[in-house]
Amino acid sequence: MDQPRIEGILSRYEGSSADLIPVLQDIQDQYNYLPKEELNVVAERLSVPLTQIYSVATFFKMFSLIPKGKHQIKVCLGTTCHLRGGIKIVESLGHRLGVEPGYTTKDMMFTLDTVGCLGSCAQAPVLMIDDKYFGRAGVDKVSKIIKQFK
Amino acid sequence: MPKFESVDHLQQYRRQLQASRDPNQPQVLVCSGPGCLPMGSIEVAAAFREELGKNGLNGKVLLKECGCQGLCARAVKVLIRPQEIAYQEVTPEDVPEIVEATLKNGQLVERLIYEHPLTQEKAAFKADIPFYKGQMPIVLRKLDIIDPQSLDDYLALGGYRALRKALTGMSPDEVIDAVEQSGLRGRGGGGFPTGRKWRVCQEALSDIKFIICNGDEGDPGAFMDRAVMEGDPHAVLEGMIIGGYAIGAKQGYIYVRHEYPLAVTHLNKAIDQARECGFLGKNILRSGFDFDIKISRGAGAFVCGEETALIASIEGYIGEPTPRPPYPAESGLFDYPTIINNVETWANIPEIINMGAEWFAAIGTENSKGTKVFSLVGAVNQTGLVEVPMGTTLRQIVFELGGGLRPDRQFKAVQTGGPSGGCIPEQFLDLPVDYDSLQSVGSIMGSGGMIVMDNTSCTVDVARYFISFLHDESCGKCTPCREGTKHLLHILDEIIAGRGEEEHLTLMEELCDTMASSSICGLGMSAPNPVRSTIKYFRDEYLAHIRDKKCHALVCRPLLKYTIDPETCTGCLACVRECPVGAITGKKKLPQDLDQELCVKCGLCYEACQFEAVKVE
Ligand SMILES: Cc1cc2nc3c(=O)[nH]c(=O)nc-3n(C[C@H](O)[C@H](O)[C@H](O)COP(=O)(O)O)c2cc1C
Ligand code: SF4
Ligand code: SF4
Ligand code: FES
Ligand code: FES
Repeated sequence: MDQPRIEGILSRYEGSSADLIPVLQDIQDQYNYLPKEELNVVAERLSVPLTQIYSVATFFKMFSLIPKGKHQIKVCLGTTCHLRGGIKIVESLGHRLGVEPGYTTKDMMFTLDTVGCLGSCAQAPVLMIDDKYFGRAGVDKVSKIIKQFK
Repeated sequence: MPKFESVDHLQQYRRQLQASRDPNQPQVLVCSGPGCLPMGSIEVAAAFREELGKNGLNGKVLLKECGCQGLCARAVKVLIRPQEIAYQEVTPEDVPEIVEATLKNGQLVERLIYEHPLTQEKAAFKADIPFYKGQMPIVLRKLDIIDPQSLDDYLALGGYRALRKALTGMSPDEVIDAVEQSGLRGRGGGGFPTGRKWRVCQEALSDIKFIICNGDEGDPGAFMDRAVMEGDPHAVLEGMIIGGYAIGAKQGYIYVRHEYPLAVTHLNKAIDQARECGFLGKNILRSGFDFDIKISRGAGAFVCGEETALIASIEGYIGEPTPRPPYPAESGLFDYPTIINNVETWANIPEIINMGAEWFAAIGTENSKGTKVFSLVGAVNQTGLVEVPMGTTLRQIVFELGGGLRPDRQFKAVQTGGPSGGCIPEQFLDLPVDYDSLQSVGSIMGSGGMIVMDNTSCTVDVARYFISFLHDESCGKCTPCREGTKHLLHILDEIIAGRGEEEHLTLMEELCDTMASSSICGLGMSAPNPVRSTIKYFRDEYLAHIRDKKCHALVCRPLLKYTIDPETCTGCLACVRECPVGAITGKKKLPQDLDQELCVKCGLCYEACQFEAVKVE
């Protein structure tokens, strides 16, 4: 376990049970997943039962109990992107990377996820890789976009 | 920035600020809003920075990265002030020409000005562009003027004047009176009268109360709240501080959707600035009133936009709704009285206090006052954000502001209200849009998503899309919603797979009635809307799927058939590379064979083929 790292995160909070979700968010952001040992520390420090931590960790989509890839791909399947063929982007990416939505490539480079809406609906279909948005992303553009991250 | 010790100090600072600003100062505003960011706005802004430097124009020409300029379809948008020249589809390569021609020589770059998608009429200045005519920006007014990260910009436009007015000239009761008399109704979907909610909370006996801003914006296809949080964050803060003063709360929370990292950054920066200048913290402007704001990031759950679920998740629990009453205004966050309002609702508050309740109440229809921001997207030419007075017709929004549809397409429906709303057919295009009228045709106002559909969209597919979304997002706490969405989804899947029966329609309507009447929260109660409205207005489309096993919009996969036309196929193998199941075979430069048995009808070959050799029916 990375003790200084988790201490660094916890030190930013008062340690009340209402800090649970923000603390888990910080762990997810920094580790790319929620490691078991770290969750035990969180349970103890925030005085929150482990069962509540796991129910929160599995309820919200941003949390993952297994490590995610180096790059997070989020393909929008919001209404506008759905109408503009967002699912084809998912399939094309899945086919190219050899991975189903929700999973990570074997080399741990990419995790392919779908989301409800990225808020750039005017440019549907939209996808996001890490912090970068891509608009009007037709199937023909997918391989070029992926190349930038390889 | 100074810390404002009094209202006079603030007033004096504002005057100096306004006097020091030259109204004729040349400015370049590069839109960095939600629509322009994915189209390369960062690179365009960087190109301007470099080019202005090269030409020795640093300091002479002001460069700003601003919020959404509205017409996102034409990203990246660049507005040149003071003339208000609205350039569109600007790329970094266009920047040297804009600097040379417009900024140095006062000439237009003709090829970058607006052209109407149907009439081809041109317009260089914002005021002449049809998209902006008929709009009445109140909430969006400052988005293409200010740098959202500059408090000075906000102050120069009269920012925090409403706070000053409330704190020095109005009692909490008078603030609530004004909000009540303005007729403002919640912009988050329900349309509950804001003033009435505040009154209940003010009257609740408690020393501790809370204010929440709902920035969860779960409606897929809507981005108004994102644009406001990113583009004018201080307006949201100012509204909340005034709300805190009115009900006697000392702490506020802004709950921001997980997918909106930039909104968090801008709001955090605004909160820091407001603390530094004494608009947040202890003894605000020496009034004796204390108030502070924290940000709570969402973690990816649609149901958390529902107020009781949102409150549970701020408390550190999973986002399961609880039955109301008690309403949050009586017992909300940590069981204390809490008012929760939507981003756009909060952003209206400073304007109502500044301009007065009568001014606001004079805009709109009898029961829906003020303006509404819509995210106009889908099959319309001019997608983007529009803000219109309540009562504007759908036809005006779609055809005048939105510039209509592509000439080769026919209008089918407008979807409003997201997963809780419905599809509105052509016969209601002249409906004046407000809370009541949309409800009367089986949809809802919702938070402002307005998705235009043409003949290439299938309403059965759209109903299935929303039900599948809601099935995924149902928290599972109550049976009608959990099981109802599951069964509706199953039936819709059967219809789409060509196994539908006419009785299915009656069965779905019955399921809808049960869900609407017995679910705990709005998610389950309104989940039937997409199904009911499509069955009601597009029954023929359902029947085509059920009786003829046809999807005329060519959307529902199991009912489609892909073939390759040997006459047009060049044998380039683009389709072969895309096909995930290896259904296409053949030699290079020769017509390809498509195996119907293997084909999963994904349509990737259709997309990939540049010669239109892949046919679908
Ligand atoms: C399933 C569901 C999702 C909701 N999502 C949102 C949302 O994303 N944003 C929002 O402002 N209100 C949302 N609401 C409405 C809120 O519960 C609440 O009514 C609203 O935030 C009150 O603010 P207003 O009166 O200013 O509209 C949702 C309601 C339901 C039932
Ligand atoms: S209606 Fe649906 S989302 Fe709402 S409480 Fe019931 S199961 Fe949960
Ligand atoms: S529709 Fe999909 S599965 Fe069928 S041939 Fe084309 S690419 Fe292959
Ligand atoms: S629907 Fe895809 S960005 Fe909103
Ligand atoms: S984001 Fe640039 S115009 Fe909307």
